[in-house]
Amino acid sequence: MNRSRKVAAAVGLLLVIGGFVWGATGLHKFGNYNFRYGAIVAKDSVPDRAAVNSVVVTAFDYRAFDTLGEEFILFISVLSVGVLLRRMREEHESDGDDVGPEPTMRGSESMRWLGAALAAPVALLALEVITHGTLTPGGGFQGGVVLMSAVAFTFLGGEYALVARLRGSATWLEVSESVAAAAFALLGLGGLISTGIFFENFIYKGQAGLLTGGFIPLANIAVGAEVAAGFLVVISELLYQRLLSSD
Amino acid sequence: MNVLLIVLLTFVGAVGWMTVITREPVRQAIMAGLLGLLLAALFFALQAPDVALSEIVIGGGAIPIMLLLAIGKIRRQDAAAEREQADQ
Repeated sequence: MNRSRKVAAAVGLLLVIGGFVWGATGLHKFGNYNFRYGAIVAKDSVPDRAAVNSVVVTAFDYRAFDTLGEEFILFISVLSVGVLLRRMREEHESDGDDVGPEPTMRGSESMRWLGAALAAPVALLALEVITHGTLTPGGGFQGGVVLMSAVAFTFLGGEYALVARLRGSATWLEVSESVAAAAFALLGLGGLISTGIFFENFIYKGQAGLLTGGFIPLANIAVGAEVAAGFLVVISELLYQRLLSSD
Repeated sequence: MNVLLIVLLTFVGAVGWMTVITREPVRQAIMAGLLGLLLAALFFALQAPDVALSEIVIGGGAIPIMLLLAIGKIRRQDAAAEREQADQ
């Protein structure tokens, strides 16, 4: 029994390794890209959409429908993690100590100062990354996680009092996450209404420069808000539970 | 392929292997964060700054933090269960 299992595993492993090696020998040379799609997108994004960063043009315009799917994957993940964590918290609270946490300051003084000092510059960087997605590397997803980390810096700085207050505005976080997710889908509907094509870029695109590219900056802002709020919902819930049960 | 890429690929491979063979969860979470930062450097060297930016924050920050919070939660639960058993 055990022996035949090992034989079966060895045969499977050999097949996988063989297939992988066979596939790898047929690959293009390292760094040698010569497919048409990339060249077409790189050539067309400036005249077509007045946007310089063709990666963001692909993600938020040509392939915006794919991004809608990605966005909803994130939305549903946050939703399910939130439901799971909250259920665990209710079990904990029903144990008797539902008094709620005493907001206190913890962590070292220098960590607090470092966290507080970093929060504002990082938030500014995040807003820059989100709004300039059409021009420089970045965009809604990247800017969103940077924005989340700006808020997370204050947690790491030991501002547990702030976490408790953030829990008070948890509803606002959830609402802004949902509104941002809906806003991106509404941009798609806007294309459907004004041109008859879902996610057609229906806003005047202008000359390549600051805040051009039609609805791409708006899509970036929507996704950025959704990503930042979604991550914060999960992190604040985890930290709040830590606050509840740490003595 | 230039020297920088060879060095980065070697480091990513080595740290990835070390992350797998580390058995202590807290150390493993920190190794995973280090792996995230190295991957971000690799993506940047491969001219994918968009991907590198996300990898710095998610791989180097969000994933280790969430892992550490989850490990802390499990340990507290285990400690509470042990206390309960000791009481009985």
